[in-house]
Amino acid sequence: MIGLIGRKIGMSQVFDEKGSVIPVSVIEAGPCPVVQVRTEETDGYNSVQIAFKEVGQSRSNLPQMGHFRKAGLPPYRHVQEFRVDDPSAFEPGQLIDVSIFKDAETIDVTGKSKGKGFQGVVKRYGFGGGKASHGVNKVHRGGGSIGMAAWPSRVHKGTKMPGRMGNARHHVKNLKVVEVDTENNLLLVKGAVPGSRNTILRLTTTFAKQG
Amino acid sequence: MDILDQVSAKHIRDEIPQFDVGDTVKCDVKVVEGSRERVQAFQGIVIQKKGSGVSATFTVRKVSQGVAVERIFPLHSPNLAGLRVLRRGKVRRARIFYLRGLKGKAARIKEKTDRPSR
Repeated sequence: MIGLIGRKIGMSQVFDEKGSVIPVSVIEAGPCPVVQVRTEETDGYNSVQIAFKEVGQSRSNLPQMGHFRKAGLPPYRHVQEFRVDDPSAFEPGQLIDVSIFKDAETIDVTGKSKGKGFQGVVKRYGFGGGKASHGVNKVHRGGGSIGMAAWPSRVHKGTKMPGRMGNARHHVKNLKVVEVDTENNLLLVKGAVPGSRNTILRLTTTFAKQG
Repeated sequence: MDILDQVSAKHIRDEIPQFDVGDTVKCDVKVVEGSRERVQAFQGIVIQKKGSGVSATFTVRKVSQGVAVERIFPLHSPNLAGLRVLRRGKVRRARIFYLRGLKGKAARIKEKTDRPSR
Protein backbone atom coordinates (compact mmCIF):
# COMPACT_ATOMS: atom_id res chain seq x y z
CA MET A 1 0.00 0.00 0.00
CA ILE A 2 1.06 3.56 -0.53
CA GLY A 3 2.95 5.37 2.20
CA LEU A 4 4.92 8.55 2.67
CA ILE A 5 8.43 9.74 3.28
CA GLY A 6 8.79 11.92 6.35
CA ARG A 7 11.28 13.74 8.51
CA LYS A 8 11.44 13.43 12.28
CA ILE A 9 11.09 16.82 13.90
CA GLY A 10 11.18 15.82 17.54
CA MET A 11 9.02 14.89 20.48
CA SER A 12 6.45 16.85 22.41
CA GLN A 13 3.36 16.13 24.41
CA VAL A 14 -0.34 16.76 24.00
CA PHE A 15 -3.34 16.38 26.28
CA ASP A 16 -6.17 14.07 25.28
CA GLU A 17 -9.85 14.64 25.99
CA LYS A 18 -9.52 13.05 29.43
CA GLY A 19 -6.68 15.40 30.27
CA SER A 20 -4.01 12.70 30.19
CA VAL A 21 -0.63 13.53 28.76
CA ILE A 22 0.25 11.69 25.54
CA PRO A 23 3.91 11.68 24.47
CA VAL A 24 4.03 12.32 20.73
CA SER A 25 6.59 12.25 17.96
CA VAL A 26 6.16 15.07 15.49
CA ILE A 27 6.85 14.05 11.90
CA GLU A 28 6.92 16.25 8.83
CA ALA A 29 5.17 13.91 6.41
CA GLY A 30 5.30 14.70 2.74
CA PRO A 31 3.98 16.08 0.49
CA CYS A 32 5.55 13.54 -1.83
CA PRO A 33 5.12 13.72 -5.61
CA VAL A 34 4.90 10.51 -7.61
CA VAL A 35 8.06 10.21 -9.71
CA GLN A 36 7.39 6.93 -11.46
CA VAL A 37 4.72 4.27 -11.58
CA ARG A 38 5.98 0.75 -12.07
CA THR A 39 3.60 -1.85 -13.43
CA GLU A 40 3.52 -5.59 -13.87
CA GLU A 41 3.89 -5.25 -17.67
CA THR A 42 6.89 -2.93 -17.76
CA ASP A 43 8.76 -3.78 -14.55
CA GLY A 44 7.39 -7.12 -13.43
CA TYR A 45 5.83 -5.70 -10.27
CA ASN A 46 3.46 -2.93 -9.22
CA SER A 47 4.85 -0.04 -7.25
CA VAL A 48 4.90 3.72 -6.95
CA GLN A 49 8.08 5.71 -6.59
CA ILE A 50 7.71 8.90 -4.57
CA ALA A 51 10.11 11.68 -3.65
CA PHE A 52 10.60 14.01 -0.70
CA LYS A 53 12.38 17.33 -0.15
CA GLU A 54 13.28 19.35 -3.20
CA VAL A 55 16.96 19.85 -3.86
CA GLY A 56 18.79 22.41 -5.96
CA GLN A 57 19.94 21.54 -9.48
CA SER A 58 23.55 22.01 -8.47
CA ARG A 59 23.14 19.16 -6.02
CA SER A 60 21.87 16.63 -8.54
CA ASN A 61 23.49 15.00 -11.55
CA LEU A 62 22.16 14.70 -15.06
CA PRO A 63 20.73 11.17 -14.77
CA GLN A 64 18.84 12.19 -11.64
CA MET A 65 17.49 15.35 -13.25
CA GLY A 66 16.42 13.38 -16.31
CA HIS A 67 14.56 10.90 -14.15
CA PHE A 68 12.63 13.66 -12.40
CA ARG A 69 12.06 15.61 -15.64
CA LYS A 70 10.11 12.65 -17.03
CA ALA A 71 7.56 13.29 -14.29
CA GLY A 72 7.77 17.03 -14.84
CA LEU A 73 9.41 17.59 -11.46
CA PRO A 74 12.45 19.43 -10.14
CA PRO A 75 15.08 17.18 -8.55
CA TYR A 76 14.33 15.79 -5.10
CA ARG A 77 16.65 14.52 -2.39
CA HIS A 78 14.91 11.34 -1.21
CA VAL A 79 13.25 8.71 -3.36
CA GLN A 80 11.47 5.61 -2.13
CA GLU A 81 9.26 2.96 -3.62
CA PHE A 82 6.02 1.55 -2.23
CA ARG A 83 4.36 -1.60 -3.52
CA VAL A 84 0.73 -1.06 -4.49
CA ASP A 85 -2.05 -3.35 -5.68
CA ASP A 86 -3.47 -0.95 -8.24
CA PRO A 87 -0.85 1.25 -9.94
CA SER A 88 -3.45 2.80 -12.26
CA ALA A 89 -4.62 4.99 -9.40
CA PHE A 90 -1.36 6.92 -9.55
CA GLU A 91 0.30 8.99 -12.21
CA PRO A 92 3.67 10.79 -12.28
CA GLY A 93 3.54 14.29 -10.83
CA GLN A 94 0.58 13.53 -8.57
CA LEU A 95 1.06 14.81 -5.01
CA ILE A 96 0.54 12.46 -2.09
CA ASP A 97 0.15 14.16 1.25
CA VAL A 98 -0.44 13.30 4.88
CA SER A 99 -4.24 13.07 4.38
CA ILE A 100 -3.77 9.41 3.39
CA PHE A 101 -3.37 8.73 7.14
CA LYS A 102 -6.56 10.57 8.02
CA ASP A 103 -8.55 7.40 8.63
CA ALA A 104 -5.65 5.30 9.82
CA GLU A 105 -5.79 4.31 13.46
CA THR A 106 -2.17 3.24 13.60
CA ILE A 107 0.85 3.50 11.32
CA ASP A 108 4.22 1.81 11.00
CA VAL A 109 7.42 3.82 10.89
CA THR A 110 10.78 2.69 9.54
CA GLY A 111 14.00 4.60 9.94
CA LYS A 112 17.61 4.47 10.97
CA SER A 113 18.11 4.53 14.73
CA LYS A 114 20.65 6.59 16.61
CA GLY A 115 24.04 4.91 16.83
CA LYS A 116 24.93 3.87 20.37
CA GLY A 117 28.45 2.58 19.68
CA PHE A 118 29.87 -0.58 21.23
CA GLN A 119 27.52 -1.57 24.02
CA GLY A 120 27.34 -4.35 26.57
CA VAL A 121 24.57 -6.92 26.81
CA VAL A 122 22.69 -5.07 29.57
CA LYS A 123 21.97 -2.05 27.37
CA ARG A 124 21.97 -3.92 24.06
CA TYR A 125 19.73 -6.88 24.88
CA GLY A 126 18.28 -6.00 28.27
CA PHE A 127 20.17 -8.72 30.18
CA GLY A 128 19.74 -8.51 33.92
CA GLY A 129 23.44 -8.34 34.72
CA GLY A 130 24.87 -9.57 37.97
CA LYS A 131 24.43 -8.55 41.57
CA ALA A 132 25.72 -5.17 42.65
CA SER A 133 27.10 -6.46 45.94
CA HIS A 134 27.13 -9.55 48.22
CA GLY A 135 30.72 -10.35 47.32
CA VAL A 136 30.27 -10.13 43.57
CA ASN A 137 33.48 -9.20 41.85
CA LYS A 138 33.88 -7.81 38.29
CA VAL A 139 30.66 -9.25 36.84
CA HIS A 140 28.09 -6.60 37.69
CA ARG A 141 27.02 -6.06 34.10
CA GLY A 142 28.29 -9.26 32.57
CA GLY A 143 26.23 -11.56 30.39
CA GLY A 144 27.03 -14.77 32.28
CA SER A 145 27.60 -18.05 30.50
CA ILE A 146 27.67 -18.10 26.71
CA GLY A 147 27.21 -21.80 26.28
CA MET A 148 27.90 -25.39 27.38
CA ALA A 149 31.17 -27.36 27.87
CA ALA A 150 32.62 -30.39 26.07
CA TRP A 151 29.53 -30.55 23.91
CA PRO A 152 29.16 -28.58 21.67
CA SER A 153 32.61 -27.14 22.42
CA ARG A 154 31.68 -23.97 20.62
CA VAL A 155 29.46 -20.94 21.00
CA HIS A 156 26.11 -21.16 19.23
CA LYS A 157 25.57 -18.87 16.31
CA GLY A 158 23.51 -15.80 17.16
CA THR A 159 24.46 -15.82 20.84
CA LYS A 160 23.79 -12.38 22.25
CA MET A 161 27.05 -10.68 23.07
CA PRO A 162 28.35 -7.11 23.34
CA GLY A 163 28.78 -5.19 20.12
CA ARG A 164 27.66 -2.32 17.96
CA MET A 165 24.21 -1.07 18.81
CA GLY A 166 21.93 1.25 16.90
CA ASN A 167 22.63 2.95 13.56
CA ALA A 168 20.49 0.25 11.98
CA ARG A 169 17.15 0.21 10.23
CA HIS A 170 14.39 -0.18 12.78
CA HIS A 171 10.73 -0.80 12.18
CA VAL A 172 8.25 0.44 14.76
CA LYS A 173 4.78 -1.01 14.36
CA ASN A 174 1.35 0.11 15.49
CA LEU A 175 2.07 3.69 16.45
CA LYS A 176 -1.23 5.35 17.26
CA VAL A 177 -2.04 8.35 15.08
CA VAL A 178 -2.81 11.25 17.41
CA GLU A 179 -3.23 14.06 14.94
CA VAL A 180 -3.05 14.65 11.20
CA ASP A 181 -2.37 18.26 10.23
CA THR A 182 -2.81 18.49 6.46
CA GLU A 183 -2.26 22.23 6.46
CA ASN A 184 1.29 22.04 7.79
CA ASN A 185 1.96 18.46 6.61
CA LEU A 186 2.48 17.29 10.16
CA LEU A 187 1.77 13.91 11.66
CA LEU A 188 1.65 13.27 15.39
CA VAL A 189 2.03 9.69 16.57
CA LYS A 190 2.07 8.35 20.09
CA GLY A 191 5.49 7.18 21.23
CA ALA A 192 8.99 7.30 19.88
CA VAL A 193 10.21 6.80 16.32
CA PRO A 194 13.75 5.79 15.32
CA GLY A 195 16.54 8.27 14.87
CA SER A 196 17.44 11.77 15.83
CA ARG A 197 15.98 15.05 14.62
CA ASN A 198 15.85 15.24 10.81
CA THR A 199 16.02 11.46 10.37
CA ILE A 200 14.25 10.41 7.18
CA LEU A 201 11.38 8.03 7.94
CA ARG A 202 9.25 5.71 5.87
CA LEU A 203 5.61 5.83 6.91
CA THR A 204 2.96 3.25 6.07
CA THR A 205 -0.42 2.36 7.43
CA THR A 206 -0.21 -0.68 9.66
CA PHE A 207 -0.16 -3.74 7.47
CA ALA A 208 -2.13 -6.08 9.72
CA LYS A 209 -4.99 -3.62 10.04
CA GLN A 210 -5.47 -3.50 6.27
CA GLY A 211 -7.42 -6.76 6.34
CA MET B 1 12.33 23.83 17.10
CA ASP B 2 9.69 26.32 16.07
CA ILE B 3 7.55 23.54 14.58
CA LEU B 4 7.47 21.85 17.98
CA ASP B 5 6.38 25.13 19.56
CA GLN B 6 3.68 25.40 16.95
CA VAL B 7 2.42 21.90 17.78
CA SER B 8 2.30 22.55 21.52
CA ALA B 9 0.94 26.09 21.18
CA LYS B 10 -2.69 24.99 21.10
CA HIS B 11 -2.27 23.07 24.35
CA ILE B 12 -0.63 25.92 26.23
CA ARG B 13 -2.96 27.85 28.50
CA ASP B 14 -2.03 31.46 28.95
CA GLU B 15 -4.86 32.31 31.35
CA ILE B 16 -3.11 30.67 34.31
CA PRO B 17 -1.95 33.35 36.74
CA GLN B 18 1.71 33.91 37.44
CA PHE B 19 2.91 32.24 40.63
CA ASP B 20 6.21 31.33 42.19
CA VAL B 21 7.73 28.78 44.51
CA GLY B 22 6.66 29.51 48.08
CA ASP B 23 3.24 30.79 47.13
CA THR B 24 0.13 29.30 48.65
CA VAL B 25 -2.21 28.31 45.83
CA LYS B 26 -5.62 26.78 45.49
CA CYS B 27 -5.94 24.42 42.55
CA ASP B 28 -9.36 23.44 41.27
CA VAL B 29 -9.00 19.92 39.96
CA LYS B 30 -11.58 18.25 37.77
CA VAL B 31 -12.49 14.84 39.13
CA VAL B 32 -14.56 12.35 37.16
CA GLU B 33 -16.74 10.11 39.30
CA GLY B 34 -18.54 7.64 37.12
CA SER B 35 -20.37 9.82 34.65
CA ARG B 36 -20.33 12.89 36.86
CA GLU B 37 -17.63 15.50 36.82
CA ARG B 38 -16.95 17.79 39.74
CA VAL B 39 -14.28 20.18 40.89
CA GLN B 40 -12.14 19.46 43.90
CA ALA B 41 -9.85 22.00 45.52
CA PHE B 42 -6.28 21.26 46.49
CA GLN B 43 -4.69 23.99 48.54
CA GLY B 44 -1.05 24.10 49.52
CA ILE B 45 2.38 25.57 49.03
CA VAL B 46 4.17 25.38 45.68
CA ILE B 47 7.50 23.70 46.43
CA GLN B 48 8.82 23.35 42.91
CA LYS B 49 8.25 24.42 39.34
CA LYS B 50 9.75 22.27 36.67
CA GLY B 51 10.07 22.09 32.92
CA SER B 52 9.20 24.53 30.21
CA GLY B 53 6.63 24.89 27.49
CA VAL B 54 3.76 22.44 27.37
CA SER B 55 5.51 19.93 29.62
CA ALA B 56 5.92 22.30 32.58
CA THR B 57 4.73 20.98 35.94
CA PHE B 58 4.52 22.25 39.50
CA THR B 59 4.35 20.50 42.85
CA VAL B 60 1.96 21.53 45.60
CA ARG B 61 2.46 20.35 49.18
CA LYS B 62 -0.10 20.42 51.91
CA VAL B 63 -0.44 18.81 55.31
CA SER B 64 -3.83 17.21 55.61
CA GLN B 65 -4.80 15.77 59.02
CA GLY B 66 -1.18 15.35 59.96
CA VAL B 67 -0.31 13.60 56.70
CA ALA B 68 1.75 15.49 54.18
CA VAL B 69 0.46 15.24 50.62
CA GLU B 70 2.37 16.37 47.56
CA ARG B 71 0.72 16.56 44.20
CA ILE B 72 2.33 17.26 40.85
CA PHE B 73 0.20 19.10 38.31
CA PRO B 74 0.98 19.62 34.64
CA LEU B 75 0.78 23.39 34.38
CA HIS B 76 -1.21 23.31 31.14
CA SER B 77 -3.43 20.36 32.01
CA PRO B 78 -7.08 20.75 30.99
CA ASN B 79 -7.95 18.99 34.26
CA LEU B 80 -6.82 22.05 36.12
CA ALA B 81 -10.08 24.01 36.15
CA GLY B 82 -8.57 27.02 37.86
CA LEU B 83 -5.74 28.25 40.00
CA ARG B 84 -5.72 31.06 42.53
CA VAL B 85 -2.75 32.51 44.34
CA LEU B 86 -3.86 33.04 47.94
CA ARG B 87 -0.61 34.23 49.47
CA ARG B 88 2.77 35.08 48.04
CA GLY B 89 5.68 33.57 49.93
CA LYS B 90 9.17 34.88 50.40
CA VAL B 91 11.69 32.13 49.76
CA ARG B 92 15.32 32.20 48.72
CA ARG B 93 15.53 29.07 46.64
CA ALA B 94 13.82 27.60 43.61
CA ARG B 95 13.02 24.26 45.27
CA ILE B 96 11.95 24.44 48.86
CA PHE B 97 12.25 20.76 49.71
CA TYR B 98 13.54 21.69 53.17
CA LEU B 99 9.87 22.12 54.09
CA ARG B 100 9.56 18.34 54.11
CA GLY B 101 11.73 18.13 57.19
CA LEU B 102 9.85 20.82 59.05
CA LYS B 103 6.47 20.89 60.70
CA GLY B 104 4.21 23.18 62.63
CA LYS B 105 5.53 26.64 63.30
CA ALA B 106 8.86 25.94 61.63
CA ALA B 107 7.19 25.13 58.33
CA ARG B 108 5.81 28.61 57.93
CA ILE B 109 6.88 30.85 55.07
CA LYS B 110 7.13 34.61 55.38
CA GLU B 111 4.76 36.58 53.21
CA LYS B 112 6.33 38.42 50.35
CA THR B 113 5.59 42.12 50.34
CA ASP B 114 6.48 44.36 47.49
CA ARG B 115 9.23 46.69 48.50
CA PRO B 116 7.96 50.27 48.34
CA SER B 117 9.65 52.18 45.57
CA ARG B 118 11.98 54.90 46.75
